Amino acid sequence: MKILVCISHVPDTTSKINFNADQTEFDTSGVQYVINPNDEFGLTRALWFKEKQGATVHVANVGGSETEPTLRKALAIGADEAIRVDQTATDGYTVAQALAPIVKEGQYDLVIAGRESIDYNGGMVPGMLAKLCGFSFVNTCIGLEIDGNTATAVREIDGGKETLKTELPLIIGGQKGLVEESDLRIPNMRGIMQARTKPLHVKTEQSAAAKSQTLRYEKPAPKQAVTLVDNAEQLINLLHNEAKVI
Amino acid sequence: MPILVYAESDQGIYKKSTQELISFGRAMADQMNTEVIAAVTQDASGAELGQYGAHKVLQLEHQALSDFKAENVAEALSQAARAVQASVIIVSSSANSKYMAPLLAVDLEAGYVPNIVGLPTSYTPLTVPHNVFTNKASAHTALNSDISVLGLSKNAYGVHHYETSAEITTHNPELSASTVEVTSTDKASNKVMIADAEVVVSAGRGLKGPENWGMIEELAEVMGAATACSKPVSDLGWRPHSEHVGQTGKPVAANLYIAIGISGAIQHLAGINSSKVKVVINTDPEAPFFKAADYGIVGDAFEVVPDLIQKLKEFQAQNA
Repeated sequence: MKILVCISHVPDTTSKINFNADQTEFDTSGVQYVINPNDEFGLTRALWFKEKQGATVHVANVGGSETEPTLRKALAIGADEAIRVDQTATDGYTVAQALAPIVKEGQYDLVIAGRESIDYNGGMVPGMLAKLCGFSFVNTCIGLEIDGNTATAVREIDGGKETLKTELPLIIGGQKGLVEESDLRIPNMRGIMQARTKPLHVKTEQSAAAKSQTLRYEKPAPKQAVTLVDNAEQLINLLHNEAKVI
Repeated sequence: MPILVYAESDQGIYKKSTQELISFGRAMADQMNTEVIAAVTQDASGAELGQYGAHKVLQLEHQALSDFKAENVAEALSQAARAVQASVIIVSSSANSKYMAPLLAVDLEAGYVPNIVGLPTSYTPLTVPHNVFTNKASAHTALNSDISVLGLSKNAYGVHHYETSAEITTHNPELSASTVEVTSTDKASNKVMIADAEVVVSAGRGLKGPENWGMIEELAEVMGAATACSKPVSDLGWRPHSEHVGQTGKPVAANLYIAIGISGAIQHLAGINSSKVKVVINTDPEAPFFKAADYGIVGDAFEVVPDLIQKLKEFQAQNA
């Protein structure tokens, strides 16, 4: 089985979010980057398939050379090869279009992407990629088993879950549940050394025109100070008369 | 060119999020001098949708639409959008809509922006405000495609009432067989879902152990609320992952969010930031949650929560 895991290079979850002076771009100064958490759950599941059922695991990213440490980290925890599409990731549509030829040429059986990236929260790349490649698609996937050519996937729905059956090739939008938090891997020294010599291919695809463009960003207005109360009665009174939510 | 709204129903009922979607579509339609068409896929009569602003209801009829299959719904909506020459398709933030919308966008070669939090700030080009960085910031994004798919955040616009009587017509899409088949569904029928809830009662490690969740569930029941939890609690296995709210869990956009024994890590606060009113109950006055909350009680959850349940019951008895 050939697996491709799509990796987004995102600010660490603890990052303070700031923008440049004219509010048009994310301010990257002092920001630590990580593998997008939803993608990391997917990557860890892919490595499980590699070890338990035999699979080749490639990782791919759309972005500039500054994203390579994130791909190297994926190699250090066990991916075999990495691909970087050398293109600025504008909107989700262009990212999906940049990845589509990689997926088709690589003849992957399974493509795992996170349900959404924690930076722009588009949540559209896995579904768009599936549609562009003609693959089956399961979103918000919290469980995946592969038996031959058949996949059994569990999808989180509002208020529960459903079990789905489909055939490979398949794309999933994954999240926590594919593996547990405690299954996530930290690169060890041996993995880091090996990652240096694993292939990292840089590809240039003709970039498609973006269908959307962010003009400016805004940070939420500063919050008013909390109103502290002494007891339940006062709280109920304020929620009823002032906030009018009960 | 009209606006098409995907009006989801659940067992014949149009939920508040669907009503809100239609009102949002109506407001856009009024500004664009066009009409809003509610596309319904299931056997729920759409006649009532006029009161939320729909000018027309388009009943999409096909056997494959009797239960939700993302590919089929996307195909049906795409054909409907072409048939009525819609320039904007509006979908919700439900798990099903977020599953389906990217497929629809590719089918229509449409730009897609999810997590929209208000009406467009411009119509030439169509520019929408939406949340990014898991609610830590917002963005104004312009669409330059002929057709746009817009995903509205829950509780971002509200339900508005109209005296429109919607004319119902039917459309018979031609659908291919779905490549994904649902083999079983496991859905709690008697629980309030986080996705729909007006009130969410959430608890963290301050509760000390899973055996102490009885009072949280009772408080939620009294308030008609959904229960939720912090990431450590779900990682420890005290509560199911489906209750984890925060940056890598679920977002919460409720009217009222009550955090009990949750310190307020930045990832948690990001996830609940879209909730309108936030209450924190924590023993530690230095807990970061107090900086994000509207109301707070510095106190022990094991004393405050039972008292709150008692006083709420009295309050409800008086206001019944």
